Amino acid sequence: MALSLLTKGLRARPVRAPESGISRRKSLWERTHLDPWLLLLLLVLLIVGLGVLYSASGQRVDVVMAQGSRFVVAFLVMLVLAQLQPVTLMRWAPLLYGVGLLMLIAVELVGDVGMGARRWLVIPGVIRFQPSELMKLAMPLMLAAWLSRRQLPPRWKELVVCAVLLGLPVMLIAKQPDLGTSLLVACAGVFVVLMAGLSWRFIALLGIAVASALPLLWANLHNYQRQRVLTFLNPESDPLGAGWNIIQSTTAIGSGGLWGKGWLQGTQSQLEFLPERHTDFIVAVLGEEFGLVGMLLILLLYLLIVIRGLWLASAAHDTFGRLLGGSIILTFFIYVFVNVGMVSGILPVVGVPLPLVSYGGTSSVTLLAGFGILMSIHGHRRLLPR
Amino acid sequence: MRDRRDTLKNPEQELRIFRVRAFLAVLTILILSGLLSGRLVYLQVVQHEVYSTRSEKNRVRVEPLPPTRGLIYDRNGVLLAENRPTYNLTLIRERVDNLDTTLDRLEELLNLSPEEAEGFRIRARQPQRPFQPALLMSDLDETQIAGLAINRHRLPGIEVEAQLLRYYPDSQIMAHAIGYVGRINAEEVKTLDPGRYAGTHFIGKTGVERFYEDVLHGQAGLRQVETNARGRVLRELGRTHPVPGQNLTLTIDRELQNLAYELLDGRRGSIVALVPGTGEILAMVSAPGFDSNQFVTGIDFASYRELQENIDLPLFNRAIRGQYPPGSTIKPFLALAGLVEGVITPDRTINDPGFYQLPNDSRRYRNWLRWGHGRVDMERSIAVSNNTYYYSLAHEMGIDRLHDQMSAFGFGQRVGHDIFGESGALMPSRDWKRARFNQPWYPGETLSVGIGQGYWQVTPLQLATATAVLANRGQWVRPRLASQIGDNPVPVELPDTPRDIVVQSDAWWDRVFSGMEKVLTGHEGTARRTGVGLQYRMAGKSGTAQVFSLGQDQRYNAEELAERLRDHALFMAFAPLEDPQIAVAVIVENAGGGSTHAAHLARAMSDAWLLEEEAPDADEIREAMENDNSTVAGN
Repeated sequence: MALSLLTKGLRARPVRAPESGISRRKSLWERTHLDPWLLLLLLVLLIVGLGVLYSASGQRVDVVMAQGSRFVVAFLVMLVLAQLQPVTLMRWAPLLYGVGLLMLIAVELVGDVGMGARRWLVIPGVIRFQPSELMKLAMPLMLAAWLSRRQLPPRWKELVVCAVLLGLPVMLIAKQPDLGTSLLVACAGVFVVLMAGLSWRFIALLGIAVASALPLLWANLHNYQRQRVLTFLNPESDPLGAGWNIIQSTTAIGSGGLWGKGWLQGTQSQLEFLPERHTDFIVAVLGEEFGLVGMLLILLLYLLIVIRGLWLASAAHDTFGRLLGGSIILTFFIYVFVNVGMVSGILPVVGVPLPLVSYGGTSSVTLLAGFGILMSIHGHRRLLPR
Repeated sequence: MRDRRDTLKNPEQELRIFRVRAFLAVLTILILSGLLSGRLVYLQVVQHEVYSTRSEKNRVRVEPLPPTRGLIYDRNGVLLAENRPTYNLTLIRERVDNLDTTLDRLEELLNLSPEEAEGFRIRARQPQRPFQPALLMSDLDETQIAGLAINRHRLPGIEVEAQLLRYYPDSQIMAHAIGYVGRINAEEVKTLDPGRYAGTHFIGKTGVERFYEDVLHGQAGLRQVETNARGRVLRELGRTHPVPGQNLTLTIDRELQNLAYELLDGRRGSIVALVPGTGEILAMVSAPGFDSNQFVTGIDFASYRELQENIDLPLFNRAIRGQYPPGSTIKPFLALAGLVEGVITPDRTINDPGFYQLPNDSRRYRNWLRWGHGRVDMERSIAVSNNTYYYSLAHEMGIDRLHDQMSAFGFGQRVGHDIFGESGALMPSRDWKRARFNQPWYPGETLSVGIGQGYWQVTPLQLATATAVLANRGQWVRPRLASQIGDNPVPVELPDTPRDIVVQSDAWWDRVFSGMEKVLTGHEGTARRTGVGLQYRMAGKSGTAQVFSLGQDQRYNAEELAERLRDHALFMAFAPLEDPQIAVAVIVENAGGGSTHAAHLARAMSDAWLLEEEAPDADEIREAMENDNSTVAGN
C-alpha cells in the first residue's frame, strides 16, 4: 500500500517543461523547494521515534520533550537549507571543509573530554560543539564540489587528492576516538567517489589493500575498540563486561517474537540493565515491544526514505547535485544498517545511533540538514533539460 | 571503464555512470536489508523460545549498594551522629502483582493502625525510578520480621532490607546544630544524581547533615545478581564496592552544648558560644529542642502536627533564624563606631537628665533610669547602660554612618561559613526603609536604633560573631561548625571573610573593653551581681529587647504583663579580657525582670569553658539566680 502511494508520488513528479513559457503558477512544493513525499516519510519517522523514545527512556516526558524540541530546531534547519541554491553550497564547500578540518585539529589540541573521548569543542558559556558532526556534511560537499568540476570518471590524480581530503579528517576523528563517526564520514566521502565512477579495477584493488591493512589497523585500535570486536566475535566470553550490551539487546529483540510485548510492556527494556537503551540501543526496545512486525515496518520506512532520496538525487540537474545527494542518502542507510546490525549482533558495537530515533540532538540536526540539502538539490533543478 | 583522454566534461556519460551506480546501490541496500531482516527473523521467530525463556526465567539485575553515611563527632571525639543497623520494609512496585491486595495483607500482618496504613499507601504510590525499592517502614521489630519471612511467598515485590539508620544519641540538645536526615522526597528525587543515590533512602534535611551532604553521603556501589522470575536473588555475579561517606568532626563541645541546653531549662531562647580567634562554634543551642530521631524513622502525622503547632516552636532554630532586637547589647559596638566617626571621645561627658529630646521636638526619649545618670562618659555609658548617651551618639552619627559601621560587624548579614538556613536578620537603613515601606527615614527612628530597638534585629549567631570580632580587636572570623572533613582539617583562613575593622587608636578597644568589664565588676554595673567571684577578667554587655512597646511615660511592670509579652533578656560577653578564649551570646525569650537571667547563663558558659574544675551544675546556677531575682538590674 505504502509502495503504491510512493509510486504514485513518483509518477506525479516528472520533470515538466513550462506550459506557456511566460508565467505559470508554481505549486506550493515548487515554491518551498520541498519534496512532499520525503517530508511525509520523515515526519512519520520522527513521530514513531518519539513514541519509542518515551518507552525507552522509562516513560520520561522531559526526555521526549527535549528530543521533540531538538527535532523542531533540526526541522527548521532543514527548511532553511532547502531554500539555498546548490550553487551556493558548492561555493561554500571549501570554506566549510576548511573550517571543519581546523576545528578537528583544535579538538585534538584543546578539546573537551567527555566519556573518555576528546570530541567536544567548548567556547565556555556559549556552545559545546562536535566538529565531527559538521564533517559529516562538509566531507561529501567538498568532494562532490571538487569532483564535479573535474573530468569524470576520476583518474589517478583526482583519486590521490580525494584520498587526502578524505583521509585527514577521518583519521583525526578516529583518533578522538570516535569510531562510529569516522566510519560515517569515511562512507560519506567514499560514496561520492563511487558515484562519480571509480573504476571497478580500482575498487577491487582497494578491497585487497584494506584487507591487507587490517592487521595494521588492529594494532592501532584502542583497547576498548579491540574489546568490542572480540566481544562481537564471541559475546558469551564476557557476559558481564563488554558482552553485556549484545547479550541483553539480542535477548530483548528475540523475546519480542512476532508481535512484540506491546508498547511500554518490554520487560527487558524497562529493566535498568539494558544499557544506553534510549540512545544507541533503542532499536532493542522497539524489537522487544513491537516484535518482528514492528522491526520490518520501521526498516521499510527507512528503505522508502532511502529510495525516495536516491530518486531525488538522480533527478538532479548536474553532477554536483547527484554526487552530493547520492552520498547523503547512502550514508543515511549506513546509519540504519550499522545500528540495527550492531544491536542485533551481526556487527561489532560502534557508536552509531539509529537515525532520528535515538536520543541525541546533534545527529538529528546533521541528518535533517542533509535532507534539507537533498531537497534543495531537487527543488532548484532547472526545469529545462540540460 | 576505459580511460579516456578528452578534456571536456561529458555530462551524458556522468549521468549514465551515476544511474548505473545508483541502481547497484539500491541492489546492495536491498541485500543488506534482507540480511538484517533475516537476522531479525532468526532472533524473533526461530530463536524466540530461547530468548523468551532467558528473558522470563533468569533475569540479571543490578542492585545498588548504598554507602555508609559518614559519622559526626564533637571536638573531643564524642559521637554525635551514628548509624544503627535496622530492618526496613521496602516495596518494588514493578514486581508487585496487585498493589492493593499486597498492602492489605501487609497491614494485617504488621497490625498497623489506620493512620500508619494511610502513610503506607502514600509512600507506596510516591513516584520512584522504575525498579527502585520504595521505603515503606523503618525499624521493624523481630516479630514483624518473622511474620514477613513466613508470608514471603504471598508478597512478591516486598523485601525486608537490612540497613544502617541514622541515630542521634543527644538528639534533643543537638537537633538544631547538626540537623537530621530524612526520607528522600519526590522533589529531591528529581534533582539527585540517580547513580550516586541508588539505594539511598535518606538525605540531610537541615543543619550540618544538609550542609555537608556531599561529604557525608559517599558513593553508591552496585552488585549484579541473578534472580528468578519472582525477583529473588539466586547468586551474585559481581560487585562494585560503595565508597563510604567521610566522617565529620565538629567544633562543637558536647559538654558545653549540653550545659547550654540545661541552662536554658526549657525556656525559649538560644545560646551561642565561639572561640573568638578561630570562629569555632563551641555551642549553638536553640531551646526548646526536639527529638530529631523521629524524623529519621519517619515521624507520624500526629506527632508532627504537635511539633508544628507547639507555641514554643521547637522546630524553629532560634540560634540562626531567630530575629531579636539586640537592645543595649550593641552599645559597645556603637561606642567604638562613635569613636571612629569622631562623634564622641573616650572622655567627653554628657549630662543625662533622664531623657533625650530632638531639637524642635517635644517628645522625650527616656533613659531606663527615670531620674537620669547625671554626668556620663563613654565607659560609664556602657557600664550603666545609659540610653541618653546613645540617643545623642546615634543622632549625631546619623543612620547612614551607623548602618555602615554596624554592617562591618556583620549585623544584617549572614555570617556563618557552613551554617545551613541562616538568616541575615536586619540592619535597617534609609534604602531599606524606602524599599520596604516606601517612606523616608525619620530622625526619631535613628534614636531607637541607637539603643538597639526599632527595626534593628539580630540573630544569636550574629551577636556572638560580632562579640568575637570585638574581642579580636576588629579581626574577623566566620563562625564554623566543621573542623575536620575526613582526614582534612578545614583551613583557618576561610574565603569571603569580611574585612577586618581598623580603628585609629588601639587604646579605644581597651577603653570599650574597660566599660564592658565594669558591666560585671563596676559598683554600678548592670550585671554586677553576675560578676561576683569572677576568677578571670570578663567583658560583657546586657540588653533587654522589648516585645511590647510602651506608650510615652508609661511604666513597665513585669508582673502585670502576660508571660509572652515580657521583655527578652540578652547578654553578650567574652573572656578572659587579655586573651579571649570564648565569646558568648545569650538570648532568653520573655525572661522579664531585666537582663540578669541572661548574664548568669553567659557567666556559667564562660566558667565551664575557662575553669579547669568540673562544669557547674545547672541546678546550682538556677538556685543562685532565683535568690537574685529580687533585684532588677535595669537594662
